Amino acid sequence: MYAWLWRHLPGPTAVRVVIALALFVAVVAVLFLWVFPWVEPRLPFTDVTVDESASAAGLGWRL
Amino acid sequence: MSAARRATGVVGELLITAGVVVLLFVGYQLVWTNVQADRVAAEKIDSLEQTWQEEPPTKPDVQTIRDGDAFAILRIPRLGQNYRVPIVQGVSLEDLATGVGHYPDTAMPGEVGNFSVAGHRATNGEPFAYLDQLNKGDAVVVETGTTWFTYRVTDEYIVPPTQVGVILPVPNEPGVEPRKKLMTLTTCNPRWASYERLIFHAKLIDELSKGDGVRPDALGGGA
Repeated sequence: MYAWLWRHLPGPTAVRVVIALALFVAVVAVLFLWVFPWVEPRLPFTDVTVDESASAAGLGWRL
Repeated sequence: MSAARRATGVVGELLITAGVVVLLFVGYQLVWTNVQADRVAAEKIDSLEQTWQEEPPTKPDVQTIRDGDAFAILRIPRLGQNYRVPIVQGVSLEDLATGVGHYPDTAMPGEVGNFSVAGHRATNGEPFAYLDQLNKGDAVVVETGTTWFTYRVTDEYIVPPTQVGVILPVPNEPGVEPRKKLMTLTTCNPRWASYERLIFHAKLIDELSKGDGVRPDALGGGA
């Protein structure tokens, strides 16, 4: 998969390294700015209030 | 290379990728959310203190306050001399990522009834990370535009997350007319699992007008 990606990046090795790093940073940014904030409220770690609809079962899944 | 070997290689790369994503999420929760929340909380405290200085401060009014607005500063000497957290209106996750959240239907600071707040014990600034170190008799100080309110911790216990009675005007006694001025702090328990809630009740013991320029005894007194 990554080998395939590497083969299809254009330019000499140095350019490919730069493009690969930029792709990695872009993926991390998407994760931090959109994916993780979406996932966070669906995990139980951030429940701190008393609430009638809270899950008493313990897992805290609120999907 | 055979098709089977190639497929195995792809599956392996996907598994490694998944592992890296999970590690990144741990970094997001443990570091990133705290950095973000601490920055926002510091900004809220700065703008609150600036507002109090610029215009003649008034009592926070539950009628005009909007969700997400900071209206007071919480200090707990047991958690450190420099411990300061803004108290914002509302207990949604967005509100709690900027400070300690005030349950909107409960009393305001210093009022008869039960001034109740919730705070994160882990991630998002984690203002209540070490709340379990609080003992009976410890001071909890709430600063509004006009007044220092000093509460003293009276009770500590753990409840299921559905026990909303802890933030009633008289805790756990529905329908009873409140006479005392109480404060309640809620956070998750255990710290990283959150299947229970850690509850502290405190009662108002001192009310000090800020006009005199004196700090409450719980913060060392003096000007």
